[in-house]
Amino acid sequence: MNMHCLLPIRDLHPGYVTLSGIQKKFGAIDAVHNVDLNIARGEFFSLLGPSGCGKTTTLRLLAGLEDLDGGEIKIDGQTVALAGKNVPPEKRGVGIVFQDYALFPHLSVFANVAFGLYGMGKADIKLRVEQMLDLVGLQSSAQKYPHELSGGQRQRVALARTLAPCPSVVLLDEPFSNLDAELRDALRQETKEILRASGSTVILVTHDQEEALSLSDRVGVMNAGRLEQVGTPYDIYHQPATRFVANFVGKADFFPAVLQEGLVVAAIGSFAVEQQLAGVREIDLMVRPDDVVLAPENEGTGTIVAVKFLGGDAIYQVMLSDQTTLHSQRMSANLLPVGTQVEVKINLPHVVYFPR
Amino acid sequence: MVVSPNPNQSKRPSRLLPLVLYVTIALVVLPVVIVASSLLTPSTVVWRHLAQTILPMLLGNTALLLLGVSAGTLVIGTGLAWLITAFDFPGRRQFRWMLVLPMAIPAYVMGFIYMALFDFAGPFHTFVRSTWGQDAYFPQIRSGWGAILVMTLTLYPYVYLLAKAGFEEQAGSNFEAAKALGSSKLRAFFTIALPLARPSIAAGVALAAMESLADFATVRYFNFPTVADGILRVWHGMMDLGAASELAGLLALFSLFLLLIEHRNRGRMKYYQSRGKLPGIPVVRLGGWTAALATLCCALTLFAAFGLPLLQLLVWAVRELAILTPAVMATYWRLAVNSLTLASLAGGLVVLLALIVASLSRLSGRRTLQNLSRLVTIGYAIPGAVIAVGILLPLAFLDHSLNIMTSELWGFAPGLLFTGSLVGLMYAYIVRFMAIAYSSVDASMEKITPNTVLAARALGANARRVLFDVQLPLIMPGVLAGAVLVFVDVMKELPITVMMRPMGYDTLAVWVWQMAAESLWTSTALPALIIVLVGLVPIKILLEASSAGDKKHIG
Repeated sequence: MNMHCLLPIRDLHPGYVTLSGIQKKFGAIDAVHNVDLNIARGEFFSLLGPSGCGKTTTLRLLAGLEDLDGGEIKIDGQTVALAGKNVPPEKRGVGIVFQDYALFPHLSVFANVAFGLYGMGKADIKLRVEQMLDLVGLQSSAQKYPHELSGGQRQRVALARTLAPCPSVVLLDEPFSNLDAELRDALRQETKEILRASGSTVILVTHDQEEALSLSDRVGVMNAGRLEQVGTPYDIYHQPATRFVANFVGKADFFPAVLQEGLVVAAIGSFAVEQQLAGVREIDLMVRPDDVVLAPENEGTGTIVAVKFLGGDAIYQVMLSDQTTLHSQRMSANLLPVGTQVEVKINLPHVVYFPR
Repeated sequence: MVVSPNPNQSKRPSRLLPLVLYVTIALVVLPVVIVASSLLTPSTVVWRHLAQTILPMLLGNTALLLLGVSAGTLVIGTGLAWLITAFDFPGRRQFRWMLVLPMAIPAYVMGFIYMALFDFAGPFHTFVRSTWGQDAYFPQIRSGWGAILVMTLTLYPYVYLLAKAGFEEQAGSNFEAAKALGSSKLRAFFTIALPLARPSIAAGVALAAMESLADFATVRYFNFPTVADGILRVWHGMMDLGAASELAGLLALFSLFLLLIEHRNRGRMKYYQSRGKLPGIPVVRLGGWTAALATLCCALTLFAAFGLPLLQLLVWAVRELAILTPAVMATYWRLAVNSLTLASLAGGLVVLLALIVASLSRLSGRRTLQNLSRLVTIGYAIPGAVIAVGILLPLAFLDHSLNIMTSELWGFAPGLLFTGSLVGLMYAYIVRFMAIAYSSVDASMEKITPNTVLAARALGANARRVLFDVQLPLIMPGVLAGAVLVFVDVMKELPITVMMRPMGYDTLAVWVWQMAAESLWTSTALPALIIVLVGLVPIKILLEASSAGDKKHIG
């Protein structure tokens, strides 16, 4: 066993983990439908989506906890899953951290971490376990039992146990959802640092967009068994590929518009786009609340009908003269009261639209 | 054999597993069905005779016993539980667990001790007569009231334990809200605490009532024959299986009624449990004479239900030891060996079957099969005499047909292979005690979440390592506890053993009952003492389990 797998290996060349056209059905339900994915060594990748979208099934297919119905999964060039030919989980070298951590309740922290090191020499095991407990900051708890630990500590033990045998890929199944909000934030950063330090290739499954956007190098958004978009957190937010992604990640308003000769024309304004398509097309223009600027103006076209105060920011719901509403997120220092007449200005750094 | 939630395996279709399950479940349920169906068949002559003579009395006595024991255990068990939960007084911490101790003394042991102490020739009666003259009033212990008193004293711990859990699991905020709205503490108890704990209390009372229904030995000492006693009398006196089975069917009706009550309330208990980390009902510190009264209540109950009988047993035991001859010693030794043999055999067998049923039903992954498996636990509600009759009927038929067949074919008869051996006895123990082992094993399997096994496999463990390093260590405590509980219950068991043991195969319990029936008190002492001491073991397990639960609450 490689004792030096803690050295960061982050070549980021794509194709370390590849999923080609993978399929999984449960009865008549397409849990995972034709998903293609390419993940680089050392990458932190997140699968984001609502519950039931197939993200956890994808994770379980990767780990070998479910059998593939179609397609192929390769890790480091080796085929680990093909329909009808699945390498069992214990032979894959894939590490997984479960939502409930699944620590062995009858084993001490030390024995839990040592579980995956079966077959190594005693001295080597001791060295490796200590190394791992060092990494997660639990050196003093080696002899404790899982029930004596706090939620955060349990999670770190689960992480250490998973990392100990140097897995080729670390899978995280909603690992932060059992923790309270305060602890969650701290643990996310801590976990990311531990995983970075270990140079692991990580695939995280989550329904929490903030978690996915803040932790990952790249995010894949899933819906109804399909992969809707893969991209950097920046792209996912600012250049959503589908209406679903636009709605699921962040808040968005849509306005009917037409696209003609490199220009999007809507009631709220016209915006230049690069596409030069012949003819006129009906589209929906996406506007994020942070793209909408409000200025108090007695003759303004909009009226503030509701204000949601968030602390540093406030979200205004504005009704326009044509009875459509839109949202605007502004700093709250100069809070505008409900009823204020405003002039609405749209500032689109990225013009995003979807065919109607 | 052990749980494997790995989807790769559970998908493999297997018809054998459900079959094994179905057969086991059918075998366990069969005796109950046979007895119940005998109610539908036409009555025999003996049965008609019974109906005209003693049946009305048996039914009346049974109903009276049920009512009396239910009321007695309800008042004593709930009262003590409330005292321990809501008040602080000298000795509270010790009484909290010691009040469970009377469970260790079977009713048929407590019964004859009370007979010896309070009957006409006993020390109390003699004392009253010598002090106030021959005509002084002294309540007659040899009566229904005596039987109710004795059974209440040994059975109240069921209600005490469940009521205590019902009170301790309540969030104190309800109770305090009632007081803030102007209720007195007493009114808050009756309007808030008691109704909230009612499902637990009802379940406890139903359990106590089931036990009193199953008893035949105690009621016989007190000359208060009930239906259970009637079954044994008909069986031993008239050897009429048909009439015995009809009586048993009648008794089964009583117990199914209790089972229904218990089951309904068990289901409801879920809603009231788990106040989590919220504070419980506030504890009031008693002082002065109220504290003394509380301590006295606990101490008196404990003395009457545990101290006094134990003391009397010790006195007899010392007397017996002084005159112990090698021959008697040898008899005791033989009895002890018989008891141990039966108890260990049954403990191992029942747990093994429980393990098979629990793991197979889990492995199947089918809800219906898992619910069906719960049927194997029905025996705890069915009196031993009923189970014995339900098994004797088919086994006697089997023996009979087997002998006829072999003598026609080969000209020899093998004798009573099933009813004359340990086979029938073990079968009956399995039916009666499966529930204890099953719930223990099942609870330990519950601890193995599917992810635990998957985590082990993702860490590179093969199936063998998963079994030996993860699954077996996790379920071992539950398996052992289940075996010990069955072992102890078989040691104490009376009706099944009396009715189904091979000729001359006496056990400690049978001996105690027979000697007590002859009023040979000192001869009962040593065997009875062993039974009581062994009976303390499950109480220790119980207390450890509940204190582990307490710790979880703090953590």
